[in-house]
Amino acid sequence: MRSISRRDEMSFAEPAALPVAASAPPRLHILNRFSHRFKTSLPAYLLLLPSLVFLALFTYGAMGRVLVDALYQRATPRAPVRFVGLDNIAAVLADPAFTGAVVNNLVYAVGTAIPSIGLALLFALALSRTNALTSALRAALFLPVLIPMVAASALFLFIFLPNVGLLDYYIGRFLPVLPNWLGDSDIALYAIMVITIWKNAGYYMLFFLAGLQAVPEDVMEAAHLDGAGPYQRLRHIILPELKPTFLFVTVIATLNAVTQVDHVFVMTKGGPSNATNLVLFYIYQRSSTTTSARPRQRHC
Amino acid sequence: MKLIGKLFKDAPLATRREITPKLGFALTVLLAVVWLIPFLWMGVATLRPASDGINLMAELMPSLKPTLDNIRDAWEIGDFPRYTLNTIMICTGILLVQVVTITLAGFAFARLDFAGKSLIFYLFLMQLMLVPVLLIVPNLSLVAQLGLYDTLTGVMMPFFASAFGTFLMRQAFEAIPTELEDAALIDGASLLQRIRHIYVPLSMPSFSAFAIISVTSHWNDFLWPLMVINSPDKRPLTVGLSVFTATAEGTQAWGTIAAGTLMVIAPLLITFLIFQKRFISSFVTSGIK
Repeated sequence: MRSISRRDEMSFAEPAALPVAASAPPRLHILNRFSHRFKTSLPAYLLLLPSLVFLALFTYGAMGRVLVDALYQRATPRAPVRFVGLDNIAAVLADPAFTGAVVNNLVYAVGTAIPSIGLALLFALALSRTNALTSALRAALFLPVLIPMVAASALFLFIFLPNVGLLDYYIGRFLPVLPNWLGDSDIALYAIMVITIWKNAGYYMLFFLAGLQAVPEDVMEAAHLDGAGPYQRLRHIILPELKPTFLFVTVIATLNAVTQVDHVFVMTKGGPSNATNLVLFYIYQRSSTTTSARPRQRHC
Repeated sequence: MKLIGKLFKDAPLATRREITPKLGFALTVLLAVVWLIPFLWMGVATLRPASDGINLMAELMPSLKPTLDNIRDAWEIGDFPRYTLNTIMICTGILLVQVVTITLAGFAFARLDFAGKSLIFYLFLMQLMLVPVLLIVPNLSLVAQLGLYDTLTGVMMPFFASAFGTFLMRQAFEAIPTELEDAALIDGASLLQRIRHIYVPLSMPSFSAFAIISVTSHWNDFLWPLMVINSPDKRPLTVGLSVFTATAEGTQAWGTIAAGTLMVIAPLLITFLIFQKRFISSFVTSGIK
């Protein structure tokens, strides 16, 4: 309505308007529309503001600073920053401790994701029907999920203790010679994986339990009538139905493999000889040995 | 055999004679027992007297002369009341601010139409991808610049905005019929009044689900507080426990370590056993945390 009347008005008042003059009112008009749109959007922006401030500071800002810091360097904490291009990245890639941590992390990711997802599926299939016993078993399998990784590490520290620890105490009766679980660089990473599997399988089980609810009852009944055995039902009905759950759980398991390093800190500190160093622990170690990230040594 | 038959009595008739599901069930029961062994050891070792010596430390049969000495020692060596208080302060602080930020942002996404809505939505979504833990180094220098190094506020700050919580609340608010809000609108209620008196009270289940996830994940947080906190009296439970474990490990005081661990995890375990159903359903919604 408004735009039509304005154009009419224009054509009567300035019949021979220059193109420049003619373009001015519509632009104003667009501006008007923008300010109008902004005004109606304002309450929403105000509601989003508190979240956006913290996201900007600690997520986008942090990401940006990582990217910038990766390209610059300062020789001493007070020296001016100097653009070094990809030198920092090259330096990290040349550091055998870093590449070692990446390889360890890959082994760790595969070695924790596959067993814990497999176990989670087994648990969910076995406990899919609800009764008092299955509820108790689910709770038992879920308990490790709740406790801090640090607490789990404190317990496993004793389990893996040479000679007197839980594992050696009970297995040692059958096998006379046992390795030093956390002290042997060939075994330590696998010992670390055991904790992760123990801690996460119950969590992934929940998603498979939820996924199993979606398996249609009538298809299962039809399969029973057709005489499909347990493997056939699993292979042709249940697994295809759980595909999205698998994808989802795999993503979470991968994220966990990258972000959970508390047990490395408590149990091995990355050792022996960097055998259990994971990428995030490497980052932590680096940041606590370089002065620039250590605020307590700066005077500000 | 009869017992297993009883367990499978509600299984479909055609599957009742199959052996594989029963084997799977038996294996799961066995593994569930294995899963509980660390907890069992923790309980037994906590009550074991020091006189049993290091060689019996791993014995899972409880001692016949149980003692509370280990708990007393752990209580005296580690400053657990202080650590617990710090952890409670961190968790409540984070949760209180989060509840405000996610309610407001969740409402904006659920009910308001504004310019750049989908762009801002993707900005929020990005937080779910960029896991905060990975940004510990730049965030630590920011916290230091803000003068919050070695403060509990510094530990809390990066978690004040939560994309997961925002999406959870957006979903909850979208499910509330608009008629209720219209009625309040006619009565002249302002935007904040409508959120406060209509949306929030009707979304309590979502708030409690979010609270469970938020509190458990920050109760268990370790690496970030370890980097931010320097003074011993500001340590949260996890950092305190790691220092305590490192000290007690040197003296082979495993009973004390077990007692300390028990004290750290007891509050969460007890709460879980009381609100088991609620915990489980919250964790299912938490896939993205």
